[in-house]
Amino acid sequence: MIMNNLNIMIVGVGGQGTLLASRILGTVGIKKSYDVKVSEVHGMSQRGGSVVTYVKMGEKVYSPLIEKGEADIIMAFEQLEALRWIDYLKDNGNLITNEQKINPMPVITGKAEYPKGIIEKLKENYKGTVSLDALNIAKQCGNTKAVNLVLIGVLAKRTDIEKEVWLEAIKETVPAKFLDVNIKAFEAGYEVS
Amino acid sequence: MVKRLLMGNEAIALGAIHAGVNVVAGYPGTPSTEVLETISEINKGEIYVEWSVNEKAAMEVAAGAAIAGARALVTMKQVGLNVASDPLMSLSYIGVKGGMVVLVADDPGPFSSQTEQDTRHFAHFSNLPVFDPSSPEEAFEMIQHAFEISEEVELPVLFRPTTRICHSCSTVEIPEERMKHEPDGFVKDPKWVIFPSLSYKKHIHIEKLQKVLSEKFSGFKYNSLSGSGKKGIAASGIAYSYAREMLSGFEEEYKLLKIATPYPFPEKLGLEFLKGLDEVLVLEELDPVMEEALIELSYASGGKQCIKGKKTGDLPFAGEYSFELVKSSINRFMGRQELPKEKNTVPDLPVRPPVLCAGCPHRSAFYAVKKALSKQKAVFTGDIGCYTLGNAKPLEMVDTCLCMGAGVTMAQGLHRVEPDVKHIAFIGDSTFFHTGIVGVINAVYNNTDITVVILDNSTTAMTGHQPHPGTGKTAMKSVSEKIDIYGLLTACGVKHVAKANPLNQSEAVETIKQAVDFKGPSAVIFEAPCIALFKPAKKYKIKSTCINCMRCIREIGCPAISVNNGKVEIEPSLCYGCGLCSQVCPKESIGGVEA
Repeated sequence: MIMNNLNIMIVGVGGQGTLLASRILGTVGIKKSYDVKVSEVHGMSQRGGSVVTYVKMGEKVYSPLIEKGEADIIMAFEQLEALRWIDYLKDNGNLITNEQKINPMPVITGKAEYPKGIIEKLKENYKGTVSLDALNIAKQCGNTKAVNLVLIGVLAKRTDIEKEVWLEAIKETVPAKFLDVNIKAFEAGYEVS
Repeated sequence: MVKRLLMGNEAIALGAIHAGVNVVAGYPGTPSTEVLETISEINKGEIYVEWSVNEKAAMEVAAGAAIAGARALVTMKQVGLNVASDPLMSLSYIGVKGGMVVLVADDPGPFSSQTEQDTRHFAHFSNLPVFDPSSPEEAFEMIQHAFEISEEVELPVLFRPTTRICHSCSTVEIPEERMKHEPDGFVKDPKWVIFPSLSYKKHIHIEKLQKVLSEKFSGFKYNSLSGSGKKGIAASGIAYSYAREMLSGFEEEYKLLKIATPYPFPEKLGLEFLKGLDEVLVLEELDPVMEEALIELSYASGGKQCIKGKKTGDLPFAGEYSFELVKSSINRFMGRQELPKEKNTVPDLPVRPPVLCAGCPHRSAFYAVKKALSKQKAVFTGDIGCYTLGNAKPLEMVDTCLCMGAGVTMAQGLHRVEPDVKHIAFIGDSTFFHTGIVGVINAVYNNTDITVVILDNSTTAMTGHQPHPGTGKTAMKSVSEKIDIYGLLTACGVKHVAKANPLNQSEAVETIKQAVDFKGPSAVIFEAPCIALFKPAKKYKIKSTCINCMRCIREIGCPAISVNNGKVEIEPSLCYGCGLCSQVCPKESIGGVEA
């Protein structure tokens, strides 16, 4: 799957572990000798806000941002966020989305409604969509915070980068005391069809 | 040589370490924080690193080290430089001996700031050179040159990355060897004492230096000129990287000027660029600094170039530049056909603004104060930190926010105009030490009847949990005396100081009522740690006795509580067990269970 350039977007809600996911992807890119650029969001927007991280790899990458319609893969940690950023996906791109719903404040206070049928609609429009209950899988692996590794497992299976490279990158990036649960979560994601 | 994926701020930190930095001081502020954090993390003790109480203190610590011959780095965000501008302005006259780099991160957008101010103006204002990296890998190398140039001209230098450089990661090649810099110590000399007569002489000297620096920068490795043609693009910072990416393959059609030192502007290189051009497009975020330099240069050299940028309305002043913006402005400038309209299939969706975390003790503190003052006219002044988010519905407990420490003092001005209104100033623990104390002394000295509420969560939360004087932990990972907020307030002469746990609503409400009723300045310290500092002991659940009255939803705005299929639910993966909802529930239908 990896060709001249690979553009990946990671979208979700601040606090869901999107930063660690982007670091793992970036490290995998370096291991495969690609030039890598990652753009993250820190600070205020991280407090439960909508967050987006860009990961780009290729021969030579200058800009850390991805423009609309140019993402090969979008990895979404939450349904509404998957929909919010979907215009960035290439027509034949892959969407990997967690089925979890996290209500934003306007929905909680009743000012807005959470859109219905998001996953169905996305699957209809993008053939390469995979959806899964990553929160539940992470929970079964022993830690709800391992959602990011479940999703990375799903993504890893859909690239032609060797599994060993992913595992090495995870070992280098994840804090040692959480390594076991994270590897377990990655393996579980890797098995998702 | 090792290849690593480094965030811009990490690259800057490693660059400083490779330059043999001896002393590092700073105050946290997005997007600058990780520079000092990284140095603190990997420091084995050979570098002195500190989180200072505020940016002014940090600048002065670094200045002291630099005049003793050390290589010094001071870090802050752009608004931090406002606080530290007093020492900076004088330091440009006094100068330094060891290289001193003033790292100031700008925040176009802004993502996490009060203003979109452009630090390059401070460079011009203070007559100090400024470096503007266009990528993390460039920043890693460039900061090493910045130390060298600072030593050469004996001036501190500014190093100004923007958010998109600070928080982007790149492949960076890191050489094994590092420079070692041995400070030769402070040598007494009248030149370190600023006096009007010295300032006059120094002013003449630094004006001369501007020419020297401009000349030097025309040959600086990171300023470059390429291509040919009648049209030219001048770009800096991340805008250069966007331009570079989109122009790959069209190198022959235009001239490209890359500027890494916007001040003093490399005039010789600029003139070479302008030669033979009819039109120029300037791509730079924030203010038209390069654009003005090029206009001035063109005019002074009798040029007739049409210089397009912000002043001509071709590019915006406000906000961060996107790749798309740079691309479409270049396409227009080059007379290329606009590309087909971008995809736009997503309907209007509910927005997701940042919120106080589930379990955040600030929510409980705000709710208690709201309840305590529900029958009185009150104004709530806020400050800078996570708790600024208390302005949002349904809490709506932050009526003002200006800058660090301003809540305490603005409350006093408000109170002088409306003495019958209660004025309550919220301030976080780190902000209190930064610039809040002076406001408290001002209130006591002038006997202004306000109540200061210190939201003490034992950390600097918003920027990622740095220690501060109240925590007793330092960036050297040593333990020092914890500075006691209660004792400080008492020593400042506040006659009514009380502590309360905001998670206990009845205690918190009662404590606030007593403080507000006290005539004269009073203070309440709400003590409860940030949720990032511990694991939840309890989680809360809705019981079957819930009557769906929705009070919890309506009043506290907790992101873990929402309505699903008409029923109130608490999302267990989000609940952090603060228990505020259970104290708000009129039917005792929310109960805690062990997590």
